[in-house]
Amino acid sequence: MRRIIAILLLIILAVGISLSLAKIPFGTPKTKVGKYYIEEGIEETGATNIVTSVVVNYRGFDTLGEVTVLFIAAIGLGAVLSTVRKKTAREIEPASLVLSTGCRVLFPLILTFGTYIFIHGHLTPGGGFQGGAIIASGFLLIYLGCRERRISRTASNLVESLGGLTFVIIGLLGLVFSGYFLLNFLPKGTANALFSAGVIPVIYIAIGFKVGSELASIIDNLIEES
Amino acid sequence: MIFVFFLILLMLIAAMAASVFRDLISAVIAAALVSLIASILFYFLQAPDVAMAEAAIGAALTAAIFIIAIRRTERYEE
Repeated sequence: MRRIIAILLLIILAVGISLSLAKIPFGTPKTKVGKYYIEEGIEETGATNIVTSVVVNYRGFDTLGEVTVLFIAAIGLGAVLSTVRKKTAREIEPASLVLSTGCRVLFPLILTFGTYIFIHGHLTPGGGFQGGAIIASGFLLIYLGCRERRISRTASNLVESLGGLTFVIIGLLGLVFSGYFLLNFLPKGTANALFSAGVIPVIYIAIGFKVGSELASIIDNLIEES
Repeated sequence: MIFVFFLILLMLIAAMAASVFRDLISAVIAAALVSLIASILFYFLQAPDVAMAEAAIGAALTAAIFIIAIRRTERYEE
């Protein structure tokens, strides 16, 4: 009986969702602001990747909030895990030769790729969050392949704090020079060049370092525990 | 177009497998497969930024965190 009711409820839910989704004309422009970003974005911000121009320039304050949320999550995890941390050093079983050699070869390539992604955030797809996540997955590979290695917790905390500080300082400099928090106060340069789009690449490099060290320290915290 | 439908079908199968498997490591791998296919679909929908984030976070980091958690608890669901 309960099963029949559950299936009935699921069918009603599916029909309702598909009926309401059928009403939405996907792909047609609904808001004027989206059209504005597509048409004027490159000229106004200097970033050829429109997603980046929205994330870092038009909605830069939201991104600051997002970065703060990730920061608080990492701090919370560290605080919870530090209360149950075991002090005894446990036996580390070394990884096989194939795995350790492979991770030694792949790790620099992954780091380079992640750095490329966040330095070119204003030109090509990607940016600070994506590049940082790729770098953190490189550190995950190190934890799997070269188990005796550990990242320095002081260094990762330092990089994380410096990244967040750079973001806020650039915002405050915008306030000083142009009167608005996070306003693009540097020259925009020619579009499609590496040194263009004013503060966008600087902010994305700071976010890349911050997200990379944050996610790597989350993995470090969890692996230390298990 | 057929390729996209094939991917969606594969994604549905992987999602069902993730909820059916009793071996939790296999379930995590199936969930990572869902994320990976989602990132390919994002790429086909011309959202490469989202595809990159989904591939790095959904497929790699989330699966790793789940596997670390499973190592601390039980591998098989009863």
